[in-house]
Amino acid sequence: MTGPILPAPVRRTLSLARKETFQIIRDPSSILIAFILPLILLFLFGFGISLDANSIRIGIVVQDGRADARSLIQAFEASSYFDVVTAFDQAELEPVLVSGKLRGLVIIPSDFSERLRARDPPPIEILTDGSQPNTAQFVTNYAQGVFGVWQARQFGDAAAKPSAAITPQPRFWFNAELTSRYNLVPGSTAVVMTIIGTLLTALVIAREWERGTMEAVLATPVSRIELLLSKILPYFLLGMSSLVLCAIAAVFVFDVPFRGSVFALVAVAAAFLVPALGQGLLISAVTKNQFVAAQLALFTGFLPATLLSGFIFEISAMPLPIRTVTTVIPARYFVTSLQTLFLAGDVWSVLLPAITRMLAVGTFFLTFTWLATPKRIA
Amino acid sequence: MWRRIVSLIIKEMLAIWRDPKGRAVILVPPLLQLVIFAFAMTMEVRNLDIAVLNLDTGNRGREVEAGILGASPFDDVIRLQSVNQIREMIDGQRVIAVVHIGQDFTRRIEAGKSADVQIILDGRKSNASQIVNSYLSSIISRVSAAAYAGHETPDVLRVRHWFNPNLEYTWFTLPGLVATITLLTTIIVTALSVARERELGTFDQLLVSPLRPLEIVVGKSAPGLIFGYLHGTFFILVAIFGFKIPFAGSLFALYGSMFFYLLAVIGIGLFISAISATQQQAILGAFVFASPAVLLSGFMSPVENMPDWMQLATQINPLRHFLVVAQGVFLKDLPLFEVARNTFPLVLIATITLPASAWLLRKKVS
Repeated sequence: MTGPILPAPVRRTLSLARKETFQIIRDPSSILIAFILPLILLFLFGFGISLDANSIRIGIVVQDGRADARSLIQAFEASSYFDVVTAFDQAELEPVLVSGKLRGLVIIPSDFSERLRARDPPPIEILTDGSQPNTAQFVTNYAQGVFGVWQARQFGDAAAKPSAAITPQPRFWFNAELTSRYNLVPGSTAVVMTIIGTLLTALVIAREWERGTMEAVLATPVSRIELLLSKILPYFLLGMSSLVLCAIAAVFVFDVPFRGSVFALVAVAAAFLVPALGQGLLISAVTKNQFVAAQLALFTGFLPATLLSGFIFEISAMPLPIRTVTTVIPARYFVTSLQTLFLAGDVWSVLLPAITRMLAVGTFFLTFTWLATPKRIA
Repeated sequence: MWRRIVSLIIKEMLAIWRDPKGRAVILVPPLLQLVIFAFAMTMEVRNLDIAVLNLDTGNRGREVEAGILGASPFDDVIRLQSVNQIREMIDGQRVIAVVHIGQDFTRRIEAGKSADVQIILDGRKSNASQIVNSYLSSIISRVSAAAYAGHETPDVLRVRHWFNPNLEYTWFTLPGLVATITLLTTIIVTALSVARERELGTFDQLLVSPLRPLEIVVGKSAPGLIFGYLHGTFFILVAIFGFKIPFAGSLFALYGSMFFYLLAVIGIGLFISAISATQQQAILGAFVFASPAVLLSGFMSPVENMPDWMQLATQINPLRHFLVVAQGVFLKDLPLFEVARNTFPLVLIATITLPASAWLLRKKVS
């Protein structure tokens, strides 16, 4: 496959890369990691993880049967945020709240109409299931919103209270409907590419050390740089093809808008693969054992990429020591870049620093791999 | 028969403990999980920067600004000079939100007319920006109430959060960790048990010994059960004494339900073990099972947000059921009937997976 005109180092690198490719394709567990696992994860993140609280099940306790109360219940029922069950007695709904089948209660007391007209707040009470803090937060915000809108409509023209007020006008840029899928699906690409770049690379190469075939390669005239390049090349291509797969799935299956350029996407992904592959190579060179490599790659690659990259959990809210750790996690910069590219466009003031940092972490890993790879068998 | 089983269990425990790799599997993941999950898993907003563009010269605009300065989730409040700066602030992720107060803000209020405050938020962070929006809105409605005559207090409703009055996120994560950590420990310990012997070639020796297949299954299940209980207990103690989370329910109910949960997980672990030829394959198999199990349990995001068909699919996930029990018993003193109702699917899963993997183990041999 290589022409005779190519210089020897290039030829050696290419044939080693070819060997490496066969090694990936012929092993069932590599196929599992390279193709099946990414698809499963993309699918799970796309459909399974959602922070959009739609139709939260709540109960309304109505002790006031007058028109005002009925109209408020209708307002709750009409809201797309809630799925409403009503009851007369609070004791009837409390056990349902404990069981977790309801996430909150709205209590409309028997003197609701009087309190409302007397402007004697608070006319209603909200009770939430605090064991689910995020949902409880949403129940509170949405219920206050529904009540506020209802109250304004009810009394706005009746002059029962001054209608003038300062109104906050929120505008959510890039994601007006706040669909969490729009952030999560681009972010999950980082997890998928970490699996290929770090886990797969670490495992396949650790196996070579374990079986002693690495020594056989080292005994040939191959230089260290050729060896490293031949290892990086196939995984780099595999990583890039998984990017293409993820991007196509994001746009066509999950309907995520793509507002950046393909060029910027490729540049950012290529920059991310440098530290991801570097980490995989380093793990394999240090452990030289598949089992330990698998564990290390999962704990230092996959887990941080999922939990510490800002893809689900907000980094700014983490305690300082953990925030400091995230600054050396390449996936963090990749997640930010992906979310920006998909939703906002080519914002180079975000992308360039991200690329620089990913390359810096990558250089660090590759340097150590270089040092950890013996030049010749001792 | 009991003596044989007991000595097999002792042998299994020693096999894990004497192997440095085995010890690493037992000791490292729980500590790492504790650090990462307990501290990093949060949906709260803190330490965020925000920008204010106040084009109003009157005192009402300053009041809004002062309210934002005093609010807890904001670290730094950047003052902007012109509308042109908004885009660069938001696009470059310098701030999560920009509060824009127009020129005639105070004048409109003084004239008794309504006034708007525009809030521009970064939709790339949908959860955080939503929470920031509700913070800002409540600040603005306080100013609004003060600004217009006849409004002494804003219409803030009375809100009570049961089981977790201050909505502490760790009260959610730590009881949840009791469930997830035992899943990870038990699945890895069990998945490795047969695979290790296969790799070393000692599994055939075990089969030619006087042990019956059922006894082998019991012996292979025991370490997962024991380590699962140990790790579960460790996290219960950390939650109660380290994080001061009140334990409202009955320990008996929690440990009882955990028994069936662990059996269900062991069944799956043995199944993975039976189909893997090497320890590395077993680790990957455990991983392929555990990551969807954690993602689709309600721990990362609520089950009720998932599409209906996926909610149905989560029924076969043992973690989904036990998570309800662990969090419920911990915080809500979940009634025994509810504990039983959520434990029943675990019993079902165990009665399917355990015999299936025992059968598969035997079949693989012959």
